[in-house]
Amino acid sequence: MKQFFKYWLLFLMLALCLEANIHAAPGLASDTQIEVRLKALSSELRCLVCQNSTLADSNAPLAEDLRKEIRTLMHEGKSDEEVTAYLVERYGNFVRYRPPVNNETALLWFGPFIILLIGAISLFFVLKKRNNAIESIEQGDNQ
Amino acid sequence: MKLKFIIPLLLFFVVVGFLAKGLFLDPHEVPSPLIGKPAPAFSAPVLGDARKKFSPADMKGKVWMLNIWASWCVACREEHPLLVAMKQHGLPIYGMAYKDADADATDVLKKLGDPYIITATDADGKIGIDYGVYGVPETYIIDKVGIIRYKQIGPITPESLRDKILPLLEELVK
Repeated sequence: MKQFFKYWLLFLMLALCLEANIHAAPGLASDTQIEVRLKALSSELRCLVCQNSTLADSNAPLAEDLRKEIRTLMHEGKSDEEVTAYLVERYGNFVRYRPPVNNETALLWFGPFIILLIGAISLFFVLKKRNNAIESIEQGDNQ
Repeated sequence: MKLKFIIPLLLFFVVVGFLAKGLFLDPHEVPSPLIGKPAPAFSAPVLGDARKKFSPADMKGKVWMLNIWASWCVACREEHPLLVAMKQHGLPIYGMAYKDADADATDVLKKLGDPYIITATDADGKIGIDYGVYGVPETYIIDKVGIIRYKQIGPITPESLRDKILPLLEELVK
């Protein structure tokens, strides 16, 4: 019985948390939402000045400008995809840490699998050849 | 039997070839997606006379170069004497002072010579974003119908001038 109450209490607390969230979400200032989106999106984008850091992490002045620009675009109601397209138009797919799958990037995406396939096929043939060789030796031994 | 040894050797050379090529590529040169596209429109105040505006639309029918620079940019200083020499040879260079204070930009042009026919200003860097600028100096060559044909990332060097810029300008002017 005691156990039951413990779980029931836990359930109630969780439900309360969830409800608080549901009620809080629309009440949040749109600014906070945009900041969250900005943070998420800019972690997926490359800073062109210091190329190994994301737009979110970079302190370069250009990264600052671009974050400002993204914020403005988001305030204008642009979706994440539209913002990404805006940047790709200007800086190319290089700004995306996750390049899209298209003709230009096909080799990048599928190249490793092609090499893997070639490796698997050659392994198959090498093993088959070796098996045949072993078998013929064994047959030779038996005779 | 021989093939067994030749294939890995060939693969080795292919890999070496790619790596060698990679050694001589500059990872900071990101190919611009704007090449072959119309130069983004803008209307920017002219340095020294903010009432006047400069716009790429004014340049229709002409081949011209847009050099994006700043007084605070070290690599721009490196390129500056070459630009001045290019102007003396009559090359149409237009300047864009990127995220610069007007007074600083004017000062540099006074001290080092002014290679620009007109210098426009992009104080907040918005035009720079439209042109995909990520490191000054950058130079665009724009043709008679307003299409970007070439982008030089970083300072113009005597080599890039001789091998790329001059031949392209000659071709475009025809």
